[in-house]
Amino acid sequence: MDFLSYFINGLGLGSVYAIIALGYTMVYGIAKMLNFAHGDVIMVGAYVAFFAVNSFHLPLIPSTLLSVLICAILGVVVEGLAYRPLRSASSLSVLITAIGVSYFLQNAAQLLWSSAPKVFPSVFPSGGIALGDSTVSYLTIITIAVCVLVMACLTAFINKTSTGRAMRACSEDKGAAALMGINVNRIISITFAIGSGLAAVAAILLSATYPSISPTLGAMPGIKAFTAAVFGGIGSIPGAFLGGLLLGVIEIFAKAYLSTQLSDAIVFAVLIVVLLIKPSGLLGKVRREKV
Amino acid sequence: MKNNIFSKLLDAKHRGRTGSFALVIISYIIIEALMHTGSLSSLFSSLLVPVTCYIVASIGLNMNVGISGELNLGQAGFMSVGAFTAVSVSGRLAPIMPNPIIRLIFAIVAGIIMAAVFGIIIGIPVLKLEGDYLAIVTLAFGQIIKSIITNMYLGFDDTGLHFSFVEKTMSLNPGGKMLLDGPMGATGVQRIANFTAGVILILISLIVVYNIIYSRSGRAIMAARDNRIAAESVGIDISKTKMLSFVLSASLAGAAGALYGLNYSTLVPAKFDFNTSILILVYVVLGGLGNMTGTIISTVILVLLPELLRSMQDYRMLIYAVVLIAIMILTNNDRVKTFFAGLRQSIFRKKQEGSV
Repeated sequence: MDFLSYFINGLGLGSVYAIIALGYTMVYGIAKMLNFAHGDVIMVGAYVAFFAVNSFHLPLIPSTLLSVLICAILGVVVEGLAYRPLRSASSLSVLITAIGVSYFLQNAAQLLWSSAPKVFPSVFPSGGIALGDSTVSYLTIITIAVCVLVMACLTAFINKTSTGRAMRACSEDKGAAALMGINVNRIISITFAIGSGLAAVAAILLSATYPSISPTLGAMPGIKAFTAAVFGGIGSIPGAFLGGLLLGVIEIFAKAYLSTQLSDAIVFAVLIVVLLIKPSGLLGKVRREKV
Repeated sequence: MKNNIFSKLLDAKHRGRTGSFALVIISYIIIEALMHTGSLSSLFSSLLVPVTCYIVASIGLNMNVGISGELNLGQAGFMSVGAFTAVSVSGRLAPIMPNPIIRLIFAIVAGIIMAAVFGIIIGIPVLKLEGDYLAIVTLAFGQIIKSIITNMYLGFDDTGLHFSFVEKTMSLNPGGKMLLDGPMGATGVQRIANFTAGVILILISLIVVYNIIYSRSGRAIMAARDNRIAAESVGIDISKTKMLSFVLSASLAGAAGALYGLNYSTLVPAKFDFNTSILILVYVVLGGLGNMTGTIISTVILVLLPELLRSMQDYRMLIYAVVLIAIMILTNNDRVKTFFAGLRQSIFRKKQEGSV
């Protein structure tokens, strides 16, 4: 019976990875850059939610909205100040700039809020549903539900609205999209706002699961979610969803059945095997090489 | 005849090569002189060996990223392999080989060989991929190496070497010594690395790298970088050339790690994480892709920068981050680019007029 509860816990962890991976994959799909500062936006989201709950005594929903709003603004500001001047630069320059932004956010957080970890308040109802011998916590169920909801809203947004259509156009061909009257800079800003807002949602779910927050908290989930995005095929939204869930399930199973210490190594080994069989990820587009 | 050699050294093709050797040797002489007069602060002297290690690792990564055009995010993994191999070899040889210089050479060579072996094993799957996918797989391998070393236990006593993985189960006879202790890494390492060894290592890596760049294989590597299909169509074996630069890069990282590990009395596996890989990548990109002299200069500046900013205390890493972003934006700004291009042109014209 343990198998089922491990599976559901894996889906819970995977949902968090999937929400973060959506941010990576959208930014990659449209701006064609690896945004290594995305993990640190998660950290900012966690701190904003922490102060909203602890210092301003806001309930969960307003705290979440505040955190999402501030992260979205942060994403747009970072994009405008650091990434926009490099639109025509080589991808390596953009990568180094993203790393610079990541250092900046981590060290600014350390100055503002000190490097000592803070304990995130318990904002979700405790307890859980009994499932055979073991229980699945409400938090896990809420996390999975939020992930499905986010995924559904995002898919509808991308496919049904005119902004979504503009985003798809930009990811196909920026030049042609601009000629059709789409403001490419505005679309990229919106993409960053959505990605960073989602990072804030993930931050709250993550901090509720592992309630110790510090300025470097975003690093590891960031790398894992990035892996998940590549796993599913970077640039593909359903791919990020699938990749995130699979990565979470694999990680929990590896911890439960193989080895706790080596779970990270196992996760990354699975990634390598998948990429060797399908070099552009599970749902990635295969680009034909042109001479 | 002598005149000929000089003019050969200074002609356009070899100017970069001569410049980087001159830079390393002159800096070495100046620093040694300063050390002997005692005018070097203890903080600065403690940074000398790490700087040389990072320079060797950066030269290796520049071979990979600049010359071969593959984004490698796992250089710290190879450093880690080199470091822990060297530390174990040195620890095991300490009772039977008291001369530190010979032991250092043995340890570094062992580190290089082990890193090269890992380079070949990892290179086979990695080099089948391209672009960002290649980058993520090198990142993944870096993480795997880190977690494997974090779970390794190695010790020796009078009955021989003892090894265990994940679970620490070994009990050593009295007089035995743990070489690797899982997440604690290596402790009680004899510090046998020194600045001269570091500088020699830099010179050797420059000789190797330049000899490959200016050889037939070097031209093949660059051709494969610039246009894979065209290179393939003229008969260049792409996987062989890519493997050559990947393994060379890994071996140099192994040498760097070996020297680094033997410079401290304790070394934890967490030292060589993703951030270290990124740090080396920053040195390479800022120094200029494919430009070894630039890599040496930028590594020295960027290792020293946080220390020079020490008076700013808590703000130093913040300033470091801002400097990094500003350099990237400025060097990619069209106006700044044209300004520097103009400046270079006017300097060169003056030189030419003067030499006539």
